[in-house]
Amino acid sequence: MSAVPGFDISPQRLVASTASAALALAGVAVTAGRRARRSAPAGKPLRGTAGRFTTPLLPDDYLQLINPLWSARELRGRVERVERETDDAATVVIRPGWGFSYTYQPGQYVGIGVNVDGRFHWRSYSLTSPPKRVQKHIAITVKAMPEGFLSSHLVRGLAPGTIVRLALPQGEFVLPNPPPEKLLFVTAGSGITPVMAMLRTLDRRRTMPDVVLIHSAPTEAEVLFRTELHGLAKGQSQFNLIERHTTKDGRVDFSKLDEVCPDWRDRQVWACGPERLLNDAESHWKSAGLDEALHLERFTASFNTSAEGGHVKYAVSGKEVDIDGATTLLEAGEKEGINMPFGCRMGICHTCTVRMVSGAVRDLRNGQETSGENTNIQTCVTAAAGDCVLEV
Amino acid sequence: MAVSDVKEYAHLTEAQVEELGAKFDAIRKEIQDSLGAKDAAYIRKMITLQRRLLAAARVTLFASAFPPAWVAGTTMLGVAKILENIEIGHNVMHGQWDWMNDPEIHSSSWEWDTMQPAEQWKHSHNYIHHTFTNVLGRDNDIGYGILRISRDQKWRPSHLGNPIWNLLLATLFEWGVALHDLDLEAIRKGEKDKKLLRGQLKQIGRKIRKQVGKDYLLFPLLTGPNFLTTLTANATANLMRNLWSYLVIFVDHFPDGVTYFTKEELEDETQGEWYLRQILGSANFRGHQTTHVMAGYLSYQIEHHLYPDLPSYRYPEIAKQTKAICEEYGVPYILGSLPGHYWQTFRTICKMSVPNGKLWNKDLDPIDPVRFERPERELAAVA
Repeated sequence: MSAVPGFDISPQRLVASTASAALALAGVAVTAGRRARRSAPAGKPLRGTAGRFTTPLLPDDYLQLINPLWSARELRGRVERVERETDDAATVVIRPGWGFSYTYQPGQYVGIGVNVDGRFHWRSYSLTSPPKRVQKHIAITVKAMPEGFLSSHLVRGLAPGTIVRLALPQGEFVLPNPPPEKLLFVTAGSGITPVMAMLRTLDRRRTMPDVVLIHSAPTEAEVLFRTELHGLAKGQSQFNLIERHTTKDGRVDFSKLDEVCPDWRDRQVWACGPERLLNDAESHWKSAGLDEALHLERFTASFNTSAEGGHVKYAVSGKEVDIDGATTLLEAGEKEGINMPFGCRMGICHTCTVRMVSGAVRDLRNGQETSGENTNIQTCVTAAAGDCVLEV
Repeated sequence: MAVSDVKEYAHLTEAQVEELGAKFDAIRKEIQDSLGAKDAAYIRKMITLQRRLLAAARVTLFASAFPPAWVAGTTMLGVAKILENIEIGHNVMHGQWDWMNDPEIHSSSWEWDTMQPAEQWKHSHNYIHHTFTNVLGRDNDIGYGILRISRDQKWRPSHLGNPIWNLLLATLFEWGVALHDLDLEAIRKGEKDKKLLRGQLKQIGRKIRKQVGKDYLLFPLLTGPNFLTTLTANATANLMRNLWSYLVIFVDHFPDGVTYFTKEELEDETQGEWYLRQILGSANFRGHQTTHVMAGYLSYQIEHHLYPDLPSYRYPEIAKQTKAICEEYGVPYILGSLPGHYWQTFRTICKMSVPNGKLWNKDLDPIDPVRFERPERELAAVA
């Protein structure tokens, strides 16, 4: 499935599309996957002693029987409320449990794992809450996609009180400190979410520089944070909002950028939205010789699960290889000289299980496809069904 | 005699074995596709129950000097350890719950409440035992390198002590299991890699320190003046778990009629033949629902060997189908009572302490696996 022009984009971020980001996420996954012993309020020496009694489990495994948030083994959070933003988008406010780090930067995303029908499904969403010194909640804003069952579940099916899993905030799509004097944001659809966190932070800290935001949505009703954005524009003369409704105005045409933002050449640009918008922006700034000024955050349509084979990156060993749809990920890895864990080679002993950071694979025994982020797969019976990043 | 070609032994044609294999594959797919919230709720409930029971036992044992508290605490602790080892630990480490994609209940991260490190268990059990099930010289679970279980195993004078080693193994089961992945047979033959052995011993040492520290030092100390009574309670609970685990494991593989194989069987073995070997190499026992849970549903050993990574509590449901397939193809399906199977096992252990043919009465020689008859319908079709 390819990205459909306009707004039919999935809000999940294909972090794996850029090499550095993939490794960054792999880093998170490594910490999250091992038996995490993050510093928790109880203090390290006490936890160590308590652990002597609870071995082979952690004190957390018993404490979470009292309060589900009292565990740092896996980061978790409790859904406090789900606030409707538009017809098909909502902000999910989460209270994180022990071990979460609030020192994130606006523009970063957080991984969220939701238990649907017994299985944990992972996606990443931009944090829309600005980081604060004293903070008990975080928020993500999710747009339900017609084919994205997890996003629909988050918007419509998530009850307050639900316990979700979290991954630490990550991402390179952030503003420098102090922010540049002149800024241009180009966003579309739910691409506004990381920028909203930036705007809220700039506003809160009263450091709003000269900002132009060009934001597109299909119709007025589908513009996320519309009231808040207009409020900001009214209150602060240095913030200029250019709102476009693509069903009426059409998509952004960068060749006419001079008309709406004549000084765009002087501005540092942060752009987030569907693939096509970002590709257009990239070629526009490149042809102006200003690609240094452009910062992108890519969205993607759902993982391509109809593909046979794909480009596989073994993130820990740093090897990359193109493989066909019949070669198992184990064989391919071994051929590259990677020390892959293996056992029965027939799918029964699970020795070969590794974490797939992102991507799509097919089980060669029954053709079943698995895609997503932070998912464990058996390499001896699976082949690539699209591009994948494995933590091995 | 050990079997070298399971297909020939079972009087089945290549096409029939393939057909049978496809049927077993279909059951796997059906169960995998149906896994969902209900299954996840089962294992989560079981884990919560086990942890509460363990916590309650530890608290009760603060009063361990008071005999009723000792009995109650010890019983709860023993049951909690049994549930943790068999229904939870053993099954989670098999990957039965990996489909939930929850790193907290996952084969790659689970560590269990026994002396053997999880990593070594997964190698010796999930890989070696479950892949090379009942193949002489490959499956170290046929007697665990200590006992002589099959007539096809070479007799050594040490086997005269078979019944004694059996008693010791039952009592000290978790210590025996701790050493299992070292592969005693390989050490005896001098084939074991020294560096690997050192690494494994170190890993076992670390685990033992933690386990012994917890049960025989820290918790007794925590109960202050009741140090001794808590210590005996913990030791008794561990003994309970040892005896029960031993019992379940022995009756699953050593009753009469269970078949052993030679290495030739492994050559070009098809998936269908692999399934057949799993069925012929295992035995089920009947019991109450509680017995099945306490046995981690290993009472459905045939189903466990066919599908070691499908959730255990689905085995009764799977058994209805597998039993029917076995009947259809005339494949023996061993099902008996727990005491009956143990008696057969014990008898075999005693008989195997002397060399073949050396028993005073020929009739006492161990029974060969039953040669089973094909159903008449099949024979007629062939004729």
